[in-house]
Amino acid sequence: MIRVVLPAHLRTLAHVSGDVEIEVEGQVTQRSILDALEARYPMLRGTIRDHVTQERRPFLRFFACQEDWSHELPDAPLPASVASGAEPFLIIGAIAGG
Amino acid sequence: MSKVRVLVGTRKGAFILSSDGKREKWDVSGPHFAGWEIYHVKGSPADPNRIYASQSSGWFGQVIQRSSDGGKTWETPGGEKMPTPGGMPAGQSNKFVYDTSSATGRSLTTHQWYDGTQHPWEFKRVWHLEPSLTDPDAVYAGVEDAALFRSTDGGKSWSELSGLRGHGTGPKWQPGAGGMCLHTVILDPSDPGRIFIAISAAGAFRTDDGGKTWKPINRGLRSQYIPDPAAEVGHCVHHIAMHPSRPGVLFMQKHWDVMRSDDAGDSWQEVSGNLPTDFGFVIDVHAHEPETIYVVPIKSDSEHYVHEGKLRVYRSRTGGNEWEPLTKGLPQSNCYVNVLRDAMAVDSLDSCGVYFGTSGGQVYASADAGDSWAPIVRDLPAVLSVEVQTLP
Repeated sequence: MIRVVLPAHLRTLAHVSGDVEIEVEGQVTQRSILDALEARYPMLRGTIRDHVTQERRPFLRFFACQEDWSHELPDAPLPASVASGAEPFLIIGAIAGG
Repeated sequence: MSKVRVLVGTRKGAFILSSDGKREKWDVSGPHFAGWEIYHVKGSPADPNRIYASQSSGWFGQVIQRSSDGGKTWETPGGEKMPTPGGMPAGQSNKFVYDTSSATGRSLTTHQWYDGTQHPWEFKRVWHLEPSLTDPDAVYAGVEDAALFRSTDGGKSWSELSGLRGHGTGPKWQPGAGGMCLHTVILDPSDPGRIFIAISAAGAFRTDDGGKTWKPINRGLRSQYIPDPAAEVGHCVHHIAMHPSRPGVLFMQKHWDVMRSDDAGDSWQEVSGNLPTDFGFVIDVHAHEPETIYVVPIKSDSEHYVHEGKLRVYRSRTGGNEWEPLTKGLPQSNCYVNVLRDAMAVDSLDSCGVYFGTSGGQVYASADAGDSWAPIVRDLPAVLSVEVQTLP
């Protein structure tokens, strides 16, 4: 079970509170996590990555195990502690704007 | 007794203001979608319980919200989990993708950028949602960068009416200060094939075949800020209004100039008359008097606040040229708010109600066609849009 931490606005949009827990089949990567997340919460499609290009939205970052994974390839394997659920995969909104 | 429901979009959420036909006491609900920019909220004329809202954010992009119970509860159409064999949802919630088909794509790729070079179209947000006059599940969306989309499944999926961008002048369109937005969509109640739209800064356009083909309708507009002041396109049209009983008569608030057309936009005449300034954003028409129109003059394009520190609605009962200030109940000193293009609406009660919202977060209402005003609320976030539903 993968744990995903969403920004507050996306938790509201998805009607969830706290961490989201999702099952990911196969290798645990940014892409496989986001695919599973969007399959379970379709209202999030387009809010984290572009509908068509699948690129991360500019004001969002992906963190795991105290490291910024935002510029890693989407199919790069994430740490085993994320795959095991010991550590969460964090989707962070930039601190910007008003 | 009749009721009214005022739908307010703000920089930080949506609010619904409800009253009976007296329009004296108001219930305020909200913020809905707290913290998000709500560019527009509008109800279906065919089913007043069906309301669409455009919710957007610089972080998370565009979300479409839909209510089927008059705004009590909301859903993201197409966002529900679909038990398809592949596990992925069938819905296409919030997906606005420009038409790049081989048949039309080549001419749709770029528009003019600020520096005169060509720039690709990039979807940013939905500015305006215009529900069908007859089908609650059909709705149009005017978007930035300028294009017109349509949904026929209640907002689950959207397809572009690409004949607009592809009709030929698209490469000459350019963004105004607020972006290159399609902000006005008017459906002709007498002709299902006729739609008027307006774009900043391109101008006004009309289709007579349901959106397949389009033509610019800007003859008579003059804009000193463009190389050819009488160009076919390039005009910064701020808003257009029409009375449903006379769909061939249009009123326009342009960047500067208040204009009128009596031939469905084929030609325009200036009707600014004695306005203290003819810059502004909103324009609307009285519900029962097709020659009575309203504007809120704004000082200038570099000072986006009302003239002389006085919040005045100007009313013309002659379809333009002769204007009277309406001030009773509105602040007449030290007021420096703006009123944005979609932030005025009228109800259709016997005594026509007029409503507008300001950048200072006030929503004002008049239950007597503008003779007197009172604030419904004073301290909302900056108001982006105001629409009204008149309910039985």
